[in-house]
Amino acid sequence: MTQPPAILPLELNNVSFKPGQKKLLKEICLTLEGDRATIILGPNGAGKSLLLRICHGLLAPSEGEVTWQGADGADPKLRQAMVFQRPVMLRRTAGANIDYALKLHGVPASERPDRVIEAIKMIGLGRLIDQPARLLSFGEQQRLAIARAWALRPQVLFLDEPTASLDPTATYSIEEAIQAFKAAGTKIIMTTHDLGQAKRLGDDILFLHRGRILERAEADAFFAGPKNDLAQAFLKGDLLWWKRKELDPPTDRHQGEG
Amino acid sequence: MNDIWAALGAAITLITGFDSGLAEIVGLSLRVSLGAVVIATVIGLPIGAALALFHFPGRKSLIILVNALMGLPPVVVGLVVYLMLSRAGPFGVFGLLFTPTAMIIAQVLLVTPIIAALTRQVIESLWEEYDEQLRSLGASTFQSLRTLLWDARFILSTAVLAGFGRASAEVGAVMIVGGNIDHVTRVMTTAIALEVSKGDLPLALGLGIVLVTLSVSVNAAAAWLKELAQKRQGA
Repeated sequence: MTQPPAILPLELNNVSFKPGQKKLLKEICLTLEGDRATIILGPNGAGKSLLLRICHGLLAPSEGEVTWQGADGADPKLRQAMVFQRPVMLRRTAGANIDYALKLHGVPASERPDRVIEAIKMIGLGRLIDQPARLLSFGEQQRLAIARAWALRPQVLFLDEPTASLDPTATYSIEEAIQAFKAAGTKIIMTTHDLGQAKRLGDDILFLHRGRILERAEADAFFAGPKNDLAQAFLKGDLLWWKRKELDPPTDRHQGEG
Repeated sequence: MNDIWAALGAAITLITGFDSGLAEIVGLSLRVSLGAVVIATVIGLPIGAALALFHFPGRKSLIILVNALMGLPPVVVGLVVYLMLSRAGPFGVFGLLFTPTAMIIAQVLLVTPIIAALTRQVIESLWEEYDEQLRSLGASTFQSLRTLLWDARFILSTAVLAGFGRASAEVGAVMIVGGNIDHVTRVMTTAIALEVSKGDLPLALGLGIVLVTLSVSVNAAAAWLKELAQKRQGA
C-alpha cells in the first residue's frame, strides 16, 4: 500500500488564542512529530481542548501560526480525524455515519461498503450497523465515533477526553482501539483527565496550565517525577486553583477568613 | 335547535354525495393553498437555512423581522397585495386581481415567513450540534447545508405542514384579493363566511367539517412525522 506523504511534523509557532478579553492560550511553541502518542494533561480550564481544536484547525489562533510541515501544498485536513468528548452522530444508521465520513473524504463508492464494515467490526459493533446511530447507548456512540475515525485512516488522530463519563468496559474498548491506531502508525494527540489512562497510552506528556505549556516530557520521566512544581502538585492530586506564588496551600488564611 | 341538526344532516349528505358545488370549492381551496405552500417552501427554506448558517451584518434584525412576520394579520397582507395588483398599482397591468393567482400570491406572503422562521430555528440548533464534527470531517459549507437539510427533513416537513395549516384556514387575505367570486375565487373559508350571512347553513357546515377534518389531518401528519423521526433517527 502506498502511503501518501506524511503531513507531520505539526508546528505551532507562538500561538495565542484570545476570543474575548482574556488570553486562553499564551504564546505556545510546539512541534509534534512521529507516531508517538502525545497526551495533554492539565486541570480544567487549562486550555487543553482549545489547543486540540487549534491544532485540528477547528479554531483559528488569534496570533501565531499552525503549520503542517509535511503537507507540501496538499490539504492536511483530510489526513486528520478527531473524536470529541460527546460523540456527534448524524441522524442515520451507524453504518451510514461511517459511509458519510468516507464520502466527504472522497473515497469512491465502490470501496466504501468494505471500509465501513471493516471499521465497525474493528470496534465490535458489527451487529449494530443498520441501527439508527442516535439510538445507540452513549458508550456505543463513542465507539462508533472511533470507528468513523478509523475508517478514514488518518495520519493524526485528535481525541478530546474520549472516555470521560464512560464505563470501564467502553473505556477499555476505546483504549484498545487507540492502541490499534498507534500500531497502524497513527499519531495520537489526546487530552484526558484519567492519569492511569495517560500512563497506559502516553509516550509523551504535555502539561498545560492556564494556557501555557509548563512541561513537556517523556511519559516515564513525567510520571516518575515532573520538574515543574505545578505538575508535581497536579500528579499528587492537589487542586491547582491557587497561583504559583501561593503554592503552599492557603488553608490557614482561608480558615481565618471563614 | 332542530334547524341546526337538519343543517348538519344536509351538510353530511353534501359531503358523502360529493356535491359538485362543494367539491369545486374544496378543490380550489386546495389548489390555492398547496400552490402557495410549494412556492413558500421554495423561497422560505433557503432563506431560513441561510439565516441559520451565515453570519452577516443585520442578521439579528432580519431574524426578528422574519419571526415578527409569522404573525402578520392576513387582512393587512390582503390589503397590500390588493394595492399592488389593483389597476392603479405597480402590477396592475397583469390583471391579476380577483384571480386564484392573486390569492396564491397573498398566501405565499403569509406562509413564507412561517417556513423561513421555523427552518431557521431547526437548522440553527442542528448546526450547533453538527458544526465541529462536520468541519472536522472536512465538509464544505454547501455540503454541511445539504446534510443539515437532509437530517432535518422530518422536522422541516412539519414546518411546511404548519404553513399549509395557516394558508388553508386563512380568510382575510383571500377574501380581499380574490373577491369570493362564485366558480372563480370562492374557497372554503370565504364561502363559509358568505353562506352563513346568506343563511345557507348546510353548505357552510359541510365546508366547515371539511376544513376541520383537513386541519386535524395536518396535525396528525405532523405528529406522525415527529414519531417517525424519533423512531428512525432518534432525533
